[in-house]
Amino acid sequence: MTGAAIPAPPSREVELTIDGRQVRVPEGTTLLQACRSVGIDTPTLCYLETLTPVNVCRVCVVEVEGSRALVPACSRPVEPKMVVHTDSERVRHSRRVVFELLASSVDLSLAPARVREDMARYGASPERFGPRAARVAQPVKVDNELYVRDYSRCILCYKCVEACGADAQNTFAIAVSGRGFGATIATEFDHPLPDSACVYCGNCIGVCPTGALMFKSEHDMRAAGTWDESRQTVTETICGYCGVGCTLQLRVQDNSIVRVTSPLDHDVTSGHLCIKGRFGFQFVQNR
Amino acid sequence: MDLHLIPSAVPSSEERAAIDAALGTCAADRQWLLPALHAAQERAGWISEGALNYICERLSVPPADAYGVASFYALFAMAKRPRAVAHVCDDIACRVNGAEALCGALEARLGKPGEPLPGASATWLRSPCQGHCERGPVALVQIAGPNPVNTTVTAATIESILGSLAGSTFEPRATSQPPSRVRATAGQANNGEGDSWIAAPQTTVPEWRPGLRLLRRVGVVDPASLDDYRAHGGYAALRRALDVGPEGVLREITESRLLGRGGAAFPTGRKWEAVAHAAVRPHYLICNADESEPGTFKDRVLMEEDPFALIEAMTIAGYATGCETGYVYIRAEYPRATSRLAHAIERARLRGLLGDDVMGAGVRFDIQIRRGAGAYICGEETALFNSIEGKRGEPRNKPPFPVQAGLFGKPTVINSVETLANVLDIVSQGGPAFSRIGTAASSGTKLFCVSGCVERPGVYEVNFGALLGDLIEFAGGVRGGRRLQAVLLGGAAGVFVTPDELGMPLTFEGTRAQGAALGSGVVMVFDDSIDLGDIVHRIAAFFREESCGQCVPCRVGTIRQEELVHRLRAGAPMGSAAAELALLDDLAGAMRDASICGLGQTASGAIQTAMRKLGVFGATKS
Repeated sequence: MTGAAIPAPPSREVELTIDGRQVRVPEGTTLLQACRSVGIDTPTLCYLETLTPVNVCRVCVVEVEGSRALVPACSRPVEPKMVVHTDSERVRHSRRVVFELLASSVDLSLAPARVREDMARYGASPERFGPRAARVAQPVKVDNELYVRDYSRCILCYKCVEACGADAQNTFAIAVSGRGFGATIATEFDHPLPDSACVYCGNCIGVCPTGALMFKSEHDMRAAGTWDESRQTVTETICGYCGVGCTLQLRVQDNSIVRVTSPLDHDVTSGHLCIKGRFGFQFVQNR
Repeated sequence: MDLHLIPSAVPSSEERAAIDAALGTCAADRQWLLPALHAAQERAGWISEGALNYICERLSVPPADAYGVASFYALFAMAKRPRAVAHVCDDIACRVNGAEALCGALEARLGKPGEPLPGASATWLRSPCQGHCERGPVALVQIAGPNPVNTTVTAATIESILGSLAGSTFEPRATSQPPSRVRATAGQANNGEGDSWIAAPQTTVPEWRPGLRLLRRVGVVDPASLDDYRAHGGYAALRRALDVGPEGVLREITESRLLGRGGAAFPTGRKWEAVAHAAVRPHYLICNADESEPGTFKDRVLMEEDPFALIEAMTIAGYATGCETGYVYIRAEYPRATSRLAHAIERARLRGLLGDDVMGAGVRFDIQIRRGAGAYICGEETALFNSIEGKRGEPRNKPPFPVQAGLFGKPTVINSVETLANVLDIVSQGGPAFSRIGTAASSGTKLFCVSGCVERPGVYEVNFGALLGDLIEFAGGVRGGRRLQAVLLGGAAGVFVTPDELGMPLTFEGTRAQGAALGSGVVMVFDDSIDLGDIVHRIAAFFREESCGQCVPCRVGTIRQEELVHRLRAGAPMGSAAAELALLDDLAGAMRDASICGLGQTASGAIQTAMRKLGVFGATKS
C-alpha cells in the first residue's frame, strides 16, 4: 500500500538549508520533496511518487555537508540543520557520469524528453566510453498478445518489480535476477510470461520510464512505422467493468485505442489498473 | 499469498529429502531460503526447477523471487552441470603462485571453464579469491550427492584437483617445509592436520609467541576440544563479563578504544552501546565471517584454529548488548572453518555455554551459522542482512544504520571475527590496559594477511605502529631475494604503495595520512617479476563480477573501468594512456560519490594508484 490517500497527522517542522536558502518542511519529508517545495529541479529516474523509493539510479544525488558520499534525495529524510547543495561540482559530476553510463549501456530513445534535457543540462556525452562499450543487448521478448519486454531499454529502476510486488499488484511474477551488469528483470528461470504468475494488469508498463515494457499494440505500430503521437488524442473516462471507478486515459490514434493508462495522482488507482481496464478495450473497436 | 509455481516441475525424491532435511519443521519463512538452496545445490549439483518449486512451496516464496535470489550467488548453478566442480581461484594472490598455468592445464584436461566435455563427470570454473592466499593456488572442490563434498585444495596441482574431483581422499599438503628459522613447537601437531604453521608462521617461533594475543592459541589449542580451550584460558572472559554485568562490559569495550577491524574502523564501544540501549526488541548479533576481500584470510585462521574463542566473544557481545540470537555469516569458501565452528557451537551448547541458561547465569544466547554462496558483496553489512533474510544480497542505503534497523529491521550489532576476537582480552584484562597497546589512535594488536612474493606468507600479529617494511621483513622479505616492485595494501578495495613507502606506520591514522587504509589487513607483495598490468586487469574484472548490479555508478561503472583497463593492457588506449587515466578519474569520482556502498566507492583506488604511483600502462607518474 502506498497510503497516499490518508493525510498524515500534523507534524513538527524541520528547518534546513538547501543551496543557501532556509527551507522549512514537515518532519519526514524527503530531500527530493523539500527541493521540489522550493522549486529546485532535481532529476529522477527510478523515483515514482506511488512506489517505495529504491534509490538505485543515483541521478538525484545531492551533497549533504558532513556526509562522505553524496546522498540520494529521493529517499533521504530531512534532518534539522542539514546543509544541502544540489548543484555543486560533485553533484553535477556524478549526475553527468550516471547519465553517461546509462546512455552508453541501454537505449534511452523512448525515455521521456526530460531525460534528454537532463543529459544536456549536465553535459553528458555517453560516446566517450568508446564505440565498443558493452551494451545490454537482448532480443525483444514477445511471448503474449498484450505486452512486450525489451530489456535493451531497461535501466533496472526496479519500478516494474515494485509495481508487480508489494507496492501495487502483489503478484510477484518478476524479480531482478543475476548480478552486476548481467542483472536483468526476469520470471523464474526466465520462462515466458504465460507460464509465470503474471496476471497482465500491465502495471509494470504503467511505471516503466524507458519504454522497455510496452503495449504490444504500440510495439507493432512502432515496428510498422505507423506510431505517430502527433495524431494521437487522449480521452479520459471511467472504467465500466466494475464499481471501483478507475479513471482511464485512452490514447487514440486513427480512431483506435492504442494504449490505456490511469493518472498517477488519481486517488483510486494511483496509476494502477487491472487487466480489464488496461487491456479490455477491444470491444470498443469491434465495428 | 497465492503462489504460482512453475508448471509441471517436480523435485526428485532426493532433492525433496535434502530440502526437507535442511528445513526440518521450520516455519514457512523466507529467511530459510539460502539454507534450502544450499541443500538443493549440494544434492543435485544445481538448482533444478523442481527443487526451486518445492523450496518456494515450503517457504511460501514466489518462484520469481527465489530465482532472483538463487541466480545472485556464484556458487548456485541455475542450469544442470556435472556434479563435481572445481572452483579454481585465479585471483591476484593465486596468480602470483601459478594459477594461470593451473587453469591452462585444467582447460587441456576438462575443457573450457563451465563448458564440460561431453559425458564428463566433472567441470571447473574460475573463481575470485577464496581466502587461502598463504598457500595458493587453491580450488574449492564441490561434489554434489547424498554425502556432499566441500573441500579446499591448497597448493593445488592439476593432479590434486583431478584427484579431488574424482572423490579420492587425496589430502593435498603444502609441499614446502617450515623454513629453518621457524621451528615446530610441542603443541603444533594439534589435530592431525597440524598445518597452522603454514597459516600463521609466527606462532611456531617460541620467542615470538609472548607478543601474541589474537593468535595466542593458534597452533597450540585443539580446535575440537572445549576442555583444551578451557585449559588455555577459555571462558575466563565470559566469567568476568557475567561478574561485571552488561554495563561493565560496555565500559571496558569503550575504554579499550577498540576500532572495528572489518575495514571501516568504527568504535566498537559506540556500536555496542547504541544497540544495548536501543528500546526496540529483539536485538541481533552478527559475526561477519564473510571475509572475501582478495588477499584476506585472517578470520579464517582464527575460526579454524580457535573456534571456541569466537563463540565466547560472541556470547559476551550478546550478553552486553541484549541479544539472544547471534549469527555467524560465513563464506561458503570456508568449509573447514564452518565445520569446526559448527562442532564448537554444538560442544558449547552441550556444556551449557550456549542456550537458555549460559553458565548457569540465567543468560539466554545461542548462535546459528549461515553460509554465504559466493558473493563478495555479502560482506557489506547491510547486504549481509538481506542475504540472511533470504533476499538478494543488495546493500541498503544508510541511514538507517544497523544499530537502529539492521537484521529483520531490528537493532543489530555486526562485528568482524577479528574485532570480536579482541573482546576476550579486553574483558579479561580491562579496557584501559588494552588501550595502552599500540598507538594513541589505534589500540591493540592487528592481524595482517601477508601474501604474494614473500618468503613466509601467512597471518601475522603485530602491535599497531609496526612499519610496513618491518612486517614484510617479518614475513621473510621478498622471496628469492628479488626486488620489491609494489605492495597492495587493503586488498582489491585498497591501494598500491611503492617501495618508497615502506616506512608507513601500519595504524589507522598512519595509513590514512598517506592516502591509504588498512582495510581488512591485506599486505600483498609483488616483486619485480610480476606483471602489474595483469594484476590490475584482474582487479578490474573482480569488481565487475562482484558488483551486485543495484546502483548505476557501480553496475555500469565497473564494466566501463574494466573495458578501460582492457584497452590499456592491449596497448590500444582511446587517445593516450593519460587520456584514459583522466577518464578513469571521472568514473572513479562518480563511483566514489554516488554508489550506494563501499564496493563501488572503492572499486577504482587500486587501479588509479597503480597507474599514478607505479606508472602501470605507461601513464605518467605523478
